[in-house]
Amino acid sequence: MIEASGLRKTYQVRRRRKTTTVDAVRGVDFSVQRGEIFGFLGPNGAGKTTTLRMLTTLLRPDGGDATIAGIDLRRAPAQVRMQIGFVAQQGGTYNQSNARRDLVHQARMYGASKSAAQEQAAAAIAAFQLESFADRNIGTYSGGQRRRLDVALGVIHSPQVVFLDEPTVGLDPPSRARMWQEVRRLRDHGMTIFLTTHYLDEADALCDRISIIDAGLIVAEGTPADLKREISGDVVIVDLSTPGTAGAPEPVTVNEAAKVLAEQPCVRSCETIEHTLRLYADSAATAVPQVMRALSVKGIEPGAIETRRPSLDDVFLAKTGRALAE
Amino acid sequence: MKLARDTWLTLQYEGGLLTRSPINIAISLLQPVTYLLLFTPFLKSVMGVSTYSGAYQIYVPSLLTAMGVFSGMFAGFAMLAAIGQGVIGRFRVTPLSRVGLMLGRQLVFVLLTCFQGVVITVIALLFGLRTPVIDVVVALALLALMVLIGVSISYLLAIFVPTQTALANLMNGVTEPLALLAGVLIPLSVAPLWVRNVARWNPFAWGANGMRAVYQGNIGANVVWEACAILAVIAVIAVTASSRLFDREIEIEIA
Repeated sequence: MIEASGLRKTYQVRRRRKTTTVDAVRGVDFSVQRGEIFGFLGPNGAGKTTTLRMLTTLLRPDGGDATIAGIDLRRAPAQVRMQIGFVAQQGGTYNQSNARRDLVHQARMYGASKSAAQEQAAAAIAAFQLESFADRNIGTYSGGQRRRLDVALGVIHSPQVVFLDEPTVGLDPPSRARMWQEVRRLRDHGMTIFLTTHYLDEADALCDRISIIDAGLIVAEGTPADLKREISGDVVIVDLSTPGTAGAPEPVTVNEAAKVLAEQPCVRSCETIEHTLRLYADSAATAVPQVMRALSVKGIEPGAIETRRPSLDDVFLAKTGRALAE
Repeated sequence: MKLARDTWLTLQYEGGLLTRSPINIAISLLQPVTYLLLFTPFLKSVMGVSTYSGAYQIYVPSLLTAMGVFSGMFAGFAMLAAIGQGVIGRFRVTPLSRVGLMLGRQLVFVLLTCFQGVVITVIALLFGLRTPVIDVVVALALLALMVLIGVSISYLLAIFVPTQTALANLMNGVTEPLALLAGVLIPLSVAPLWVRNVARWNPFAWGANGMRAVYQGNIGANVVWEACAILAVIAVIAVTASSRLFDREIEIEIA
């Protein structure tokens, strides 16, 4: 449904008479199948929104090609627009308008007649449960209500592909769960969903397949399960904060612990994140006693040791050397 | 056809938002009405006009020209606000005609300013202006063309200075000379020769002179059709250029 190859975008940033070039997206490839929920996962500033803005015809790519629903993005952006819906991160409504008015206008922009647009707006209000506030000023809506209107506007014309930019950012947990339901409902109606997120749990729970993007390049791609399977074994997290106090350990201690643990035969790799060490081991059950012993030989007392299965954050860490979770 | 439909859609939507808050329209009338009532007496004595009818014949065209020049100010701010709230982005993802999107928004300001022009003319009539209806219609047509140019200028400036404060300063720097060189305070006819020579290159000066001829009963004067022709050509260029350039450059701002 979406095929992208080598998409690139560079910005010229002028600041104090100095022009710097920012490579926002440095050549990304991906393909999204019909009916899929595809996630673009990465930290802020990784190039997610820029990619999305290129795919939705708002930005001209500097290089590379893409087709959406079989239409060439660069040659026929006007035709692409008929097939896609886009929900921007910041939304896109006036506070002094209301949901019904905006939905009718949105449908008319896609060519619907006045009466057809009114019917489509009424249907969208019912489907997204906007009845109780559809005729009130948008300025009075809650964050979740506003987001639901944004999505309703983005799909009023039943597009083949829907692009959602950080659909749950800033939402409280119930609104977030509800947005996930709405996204799945759109997919059940036959739409292909392309969404960006910097939430690991969102990518894990919602997406059929994900691409991890960092600094304008795709560093990993696959189903969440496959990606986690690449990191075989268990994760052992050693927290070196001193027990009973809030004080962080000396950096020397952290470095020494990292060095000694990395030498243990059961530890395959070791990453330092502030004052915790993240160890990748074949089996947590056999690794923990060895870790304890090695640390006590050096006279280091860990604050806590935790073990778990690998997460997408571990995938990100393994690919980029940095942690994604905030 | 699609252009006409999309322009009308945008005009309806944006204009509808404006009329939802009539108080704002009322406030927008305060300044021109104040100038009309308090500045005309000064002009009457400075210019040595014997009647108020004569003074209004001179000042109403100036005031309408000033409204045409400065209407762009509000349009630019409204555009920056719409970009900031993501509304323009949402519209640009739809198949809506790009020129229709810009022209529809511009026509909102044309209608608003023409409405103000009607109110100003009616008040001036109450205070002694004498002018036939057809003359008012021609004057409003000139005003409409000036608004299209003024709004286009502000959209072009908004591309390069995407903050409200910077836009306000730059707009002042551009519109004040345009207004003064169109004779919005003292008519150009009493200006020194070099000012009049410079003003020949100011489309708003042509508008002001054309309107003044109309209000003085010389609707057949050459300057009237010349002003119409010059303003019409520049308005077409300004609207096309601003929507083209805006569509190409807007990406930088939101990114």
